[in-house]
Amino acid sequence: MFGKSMLSRKVTFAAAAAATGVLVLSACGGGGDDGGSATDAAAAGAATGPITYVQGKDNSNIVQPAIDKWNAAHPDEKVTLKEQTDQADQQHDDLVQNFQAKNADYDVVSVDNIWTSEFAAKGWLQPLTGDYALDTSTLLPATVTAETYNKTLFAGPTSSDGGLLYYRKDLVPTPPKSWDELMSMCDIATQNGIDCYAGQYAQYEGLTVNVAEAINTFGGSILSEDGKTATLDTPEAKKGLDALVKGFADGDIPKQATTYQEEQGRQSFEDGKLLFLRNWPYVYSLAKTDGSSTVKDTFGVAVLPGDGDGKPGASSLGGHAAGISVYSDHKKTALEFIKFLQSEEIQNDWLTQGSAAPVIASLYDDPALVEQFPYLPELKTSIENAVPRPVTPFYPAVTKAIQDNAFSALSGSKTTDAALTDMQAAVQNAISGGQ
Amino acid sequence: MSTTSGVVTGEFAQGKPPLDPGAKRKSLHDGSGRRAAVLIAPTIVLLAIVILYPVVTAVSQSFTKDAGLDPATGLFVEGGFAGVANYKLWLLQDCGSGAFSCPPGTLGSQFWTSTGVTFLFTVVAVSLETLLGLVFALVMNRNFKGRGILRASVLVPWAIPTAVTAKLWYFIFAYDGIANKVLGTNILWTGDGWPPKAAIIIADTWKTAPFMALLILAGLQVIDGGVYEASKMDGASAWQRFRFITLPLVRPALMVAVLFRTLDTLRMYDLPKILTGGAGDTSTLSMLVVDQVRSGFNAASALSTLTFLIVFAVAFIFIKFLGANVTEQRAPKTKKAG
Repeated sequence: MFGKSMLSRKVTFAAAAAATGVLVLSACGGGGDDGGSATDAAAAGAATGPITYVQGKDNSNIVQPAIDKWNAAHPDEKVTLKEQTDQADQQHDDLVQNFQAKNADYDVVSVDNIWTSEFAAKGWLQPLTGDYALDTSTLLPATVTAETYNKTLFAGPTSSDGGLLYYRKDLVPTPPKSWDELMSMCDIATQNGIDCYAGQYAQYEGLTVNVAEAINTFGGSILSEDGKTATLDTPEAKKGLDALVKGFADGDIPKQATTYQEEQGRQSFEDGKLLFLRNWPYVYSLAKTDGSSTVKDTFGVAVLPGDGDGKPGASSLGGHAAGISVYSDHKKTALEFIKFLQSEEIQNDWLTQGSAAPVIASLYDDPALVEQFPYLPELKTSIENAVPRPVTPFYPAVTKAIQDNAFSALSGSKTTDAALTDMQAAVQNAISGGQ
Repeated sequence: MSTTSGVVTGEFAQGKPPLDPGAKRKSLHDGSGRRAAVLIAPTIVLLAIVILYPVVTAVSQSFTKDAGLDPATGLFVEGGFAGVANYKLWLLQDCGSGAFSCPPGTLGSQFWTSTGVTFLFTVVAVSLETLLGLVFALVMNRNFKGRGILRASVLVPWAIPTAVTAKLWYFIFAYDGIANKVLGTNILWTGDGWPPKAAIIIADTWKTAPFMALLILAGLQVIDGGVYEASKMDGASAWQRFRFITLPLVRPALMVAVLFRTLDTLRMYDLPKILTGGAGDTSTLSMLVVDQVRSGFNAASALSTLTFLIVFAVAFIFIKFLGANVTEQRAPKTKKAG
């Protein structure tokens, strides 16, 4: 009885596997055809024509309106939007698969700025030099650095992001300028029975963002300028990580912050349980309008605290850029479309309709916009002082090395020194991969 | 019944002489080998394409070096033959300068931790699920009012997609979540140490104990009620009836359920990925494979080959062990019947 039922199960499995296989195969077939037409890409060169723009899910519905504007003005070079999922990992993997298949239908792709160097080193992105040079003089410099690999620009920044310090202006009249000043204000939190400071310290990408900010703020760095050496064995790096470790040890950063991503910290701040919060600009409008927010009129926004030398803190840089696939048949159109996305008109639309941080410096000083988004001056300072996360084709391994070891240090299972020694070794191992 | 009569009618309808069974069987037998081969061929071909080809490719990839960076151009170049370097990376945690040279924070340093934690989840969660599943099944097998509702409601956790379950438990185990409120504790369920492991085991047990219950219930329902009546007449207590009748008779179904759940838990990915994201050393082998895919396919191929071998070994041991049990358990049964 038993043997027989096992057998029939095996047969069912085989049938199911076979059915799946047919689907997979037909999908592969489609990819293959696209690959064929890509071989002509080189010959076609810098032609114009219809293109496809690929990006993650357009949650605030700002991309299609921009494309409609473009299409109205360029009837022969129409752009089609291909939306991916809203999960960054899946967007990344989708791009990798289509690049590997040499898919000519992915003309312009939106890349998170931590992916640019990986795609560039794989030879998938058209270098923006010579005929494809892009004027970057109006852009915020940090956004350009983030897309520059091996001294070559590979993608045009289309949106940016920087960290801000949210604080309770009813309890702290003047926001702290330095980290030490911030920590000394934690007595105010204790007197009011609330937690003092939190950022994003759960073991995920946000931890890399926060740890890199601390290290960069105290003058350290993760990689050398050429990206070939890990530089975490410095006193500056130690000062940076130590600041966070000490915050946790003293209780100035609550221990539950090792489980915080963006949302948990925002929730705690809106509930009035947190004096200072490091977060992205999106929190501003939510804390102002959320029905459950208890701090609607009592919070302010400042730049991240510095190390005490008068300069503001060094935020990690968020944001996306648009790159041209080397397999595109219509690269000339692709380049013009990227310039269009960077134009003042579209950047202004994206800010007002979707609260996306612009990449053009001048928009941050527009009085009408500042009235609508009062945090713009602070955000500009934040992005001006921002440092891109390590620009390396081995980013996934580098961020893991930072996350794992920093998490051990923050949750107290490793000393700062041990964590940095391991981090240094692991980052060095990551960036020398395959040598 | 109806099919049998249908076949018979068909044979008669073809006008075959009913009095020549021997010759007919012979001719059928002659062609059956080739006909079977022809009929099976599409399946074999499909299996070869769908299963054999990827497995062979993965194994051959696992002996290839991952693409490395050419320092002059900054571009990736193909890696070439790697020998067993990819396997040494995982099994010996050899990042290029001898055994155990992978510093903490690299994927290579995580292989044995991940293997350990995967087996921990498997052993603890499957044991709990078996126990709970058995209890559920025994309850559901009784006759009482509202049995249908109970059966349906027990199955609800199993019917919810794992990703949704994981997100639900993520909120329950948040610092300000229900778990801490109900228990009156301040445990960091997705932090460091034992709590994230406990959280994953609890969530997995909650979700899959119903599946266990369902499989065991199927086993319980084929037990003849007469056996229980007879043992009652002989004066067996409730415990004795459970111990000497229910347990041995439900054992085959139970073992299949345990095998299924074990293999399932060994390849667990979505629940820990969403619930803890690997915090506090809760990266399972499958999570490690997916992380490695983003850094290099070939080392990932070696890792998935290793994972396959581990799961295969467990399944093999299980089926051997299962087979022994099935035969062992038949002897006392016949003894009892006699």
